[in-house]
Amino acid sequence: MGGVNADRTGARLASLEPKWVWQPGETLVRGLLFLAAAFAIIATFAIVVALLWDTVVFFGRVSPVAFYTGTKWSPVIDGLYGVLPLIAGTLLIAGGAVLIGIPLGLSAAIFLREYAPARVREFVKPLLEVLAGIPSIVFGFFALLLVSPTLKAWFGADYFNGANAIIVIGIMIIPIVSSLSEDALTAVPTDLRDGAVALGATRFEATARVVIPAAFSGIMASFLLAFSRAVGETMVVLIAAGENVNLTFNVLGPMSTLAGDIARKATGDLPVGSDLFRSLFAVGFTLFVITFVINLTSDVLRHRFREAYD
Amino acid sequence: MRSKSRKVRKAKELVFVILFLAGIGVALGVLGILLASLFATAAPYLTPTLFTSYANYQDATRAGYAAAIAGTLWIVSLTLLFSLPLGVGAAIYLEEYSRGGRIARILQAGVSNLAGVPSVVFGLLGLAIFVRAFHLGAVVLAGALTLTLLVFPYVVITAREAIRAVPQSIRDAALAMGATKWQAIRHQVLPAAAPGLLTASILGAARTIGETAPLIVIGAVVLQTFLPYGPDSPFVALPVQIYAYIGLPGPEWQGVAAAGMVVLLVILFAFNAVAIIGRNRLQRTRW
Repeated sequence: MGGVNADRTGARLASLEPKWVWQPGETLVRGLLFLAAAFAIIATFAIVVALLWDTVVFFGRVSPVAFYTGTKWSPVIDGLYGVLPLIAGTLLIAGGAVLIGIPLGLSAAIFLREYAPARVREFVKPLLEVLAGIPSIVFGFFALLLVSPTLKAWFGADYFNGANAIIVIGIMIIPIVSSLSEDALTAVPTDLRDGAVALGATRFEATARVVIPAAFSGIMASFLLAFSRAVGETMVVLIAAGENVNLTFNVLGPMSTLAGDIARKATGDLPVGSDLFRSLFAVGFTLFVITFVINLTSDVLRHRFREAYD
Repeated sequence: MRSKSRKVRKAKELVFVILFLAGIGVALGVLGILLASLFATAAPYLTPTLFTSYANYQDATRAGYAAAIAGTLWIVSLTLLFSLPLGVGAAIYLEEYSRGGRIARILQAGVSNLAGVPSVVFGLLGLAIFVRAFHLGAVVLAGALTLTLLVFPYVVITAREAIRAVPQSIRDAALAMGATKWQAIRHQVLPAAAPGLLTASILGAARTIGETAPLIVIGAVVLQTFLPYGPDSPFVALPVQIYAYIGLPGPEWQGVAAAGMVVLLVILFAFNAVAIIGRNRLQRTRW
């Protein structure tokens, strides 16, 4: 059975059910509900097919090798489809955002779980949920309104720049990291903390050497999920990061990402069936594969940690 | 460790606690600054014009969100209409019917994987399938179907929690009285879970309201000067219209955009407040 089913209230009902019932109504309902449950699989399949459909045609016109090794993304002016600038921009912005968001989110989680009195928790957690609920377009506007002028004054950054997106996405992912890491910390039995403190450890030592190692896979899973969210973030990048056709590592200048570029190109009226139109799907497929791999890794890690203390 | 005195270790702890506090401080500080600057920028433009005027890119004093707000309401209602039965049905199957094992694991993996797909990718899916393959065009229905896919995993996750919260004794009692499994679910489990399912639907709606990227990709119109007339109408949604205003140069357009965001946040907070009140009432009165 494993840990998946044991704590589920419906589990006993499911096990009571005869293996095969010939009641047409019941069987029909069961089938319909199964279809609903399979909808996610169908949707995932539809995404893959929809993306691959145009991607395959696109790779017939532009070779995948040129696509994945080209260092200039200038489909409109030069007809150059090198996706590396977009991939580099995506990884740089998401990586930078994670460097900001992970330490802040994890420390928030540790404080809330290990130190904060109940009253502070009850006050702070809803506020973090508010932060999590703010639409990304508002964050994008915030980047342009306040972050960009500050970066311009202090570092001479361009109006549209990668650092805008790094900072703001970093803040956006704090609630993701903090709430998921807190779940992981909560899953560690109190006995372990008590044991460490009884042996003379300070509460910080108990946290750093006992609780965090015990919750490690869950915390890592939260990091990966935050990274994946940062990779897929579109509106902040579209609004505040600008556009750059060249491979660049200068975060104070404009930068393109995979997700941002899809939205930017799609706003124009694209002739259906053109190379440019199809290239969106190739970029989208690349983005999908990257996030899929990250999410899958995160899922595997989380299942491992769930099994540890059930 | 033994060599360090307790005092040093306590001091180290204090330093780290302060660092941990900084994490929350930054998050809440930014939240405060963000909301304050947003309201300050929006204040001069928070007028009834926002609700009565259509998109206008020449005169900021006559620019509004009438079509956008109507479009968002259309999209949210249709999305809920589609995603709620699907999501609740999936939740019922996963909680009450599935026996665990490989198929259950695959179904669950599907849901959590779908939750992790970037929203812009849903836009591409909507563009390829609903707009083009189904020949719907960039209309309300295409937008709602696209967002149904996006919001489905969230509805499933919250609906499962609601169903799980119904005590097993209720199911046992119904079955003992001779109800079939579906009768037990239909007449006992679902009514008992109703407040939680309401929360699920409201949270789903809240997610739908703020989504921008997928609607941009499928081709929402940003110069619409009429209210959407039905599922087959071209549409613009509130965040998409805001995005169009953000792109214009000059502080007056920033004001118009910020005012739109205030409207967006007020709608979102209203939805969430209803969800939270519903949830608290559920916790207070049940079992």
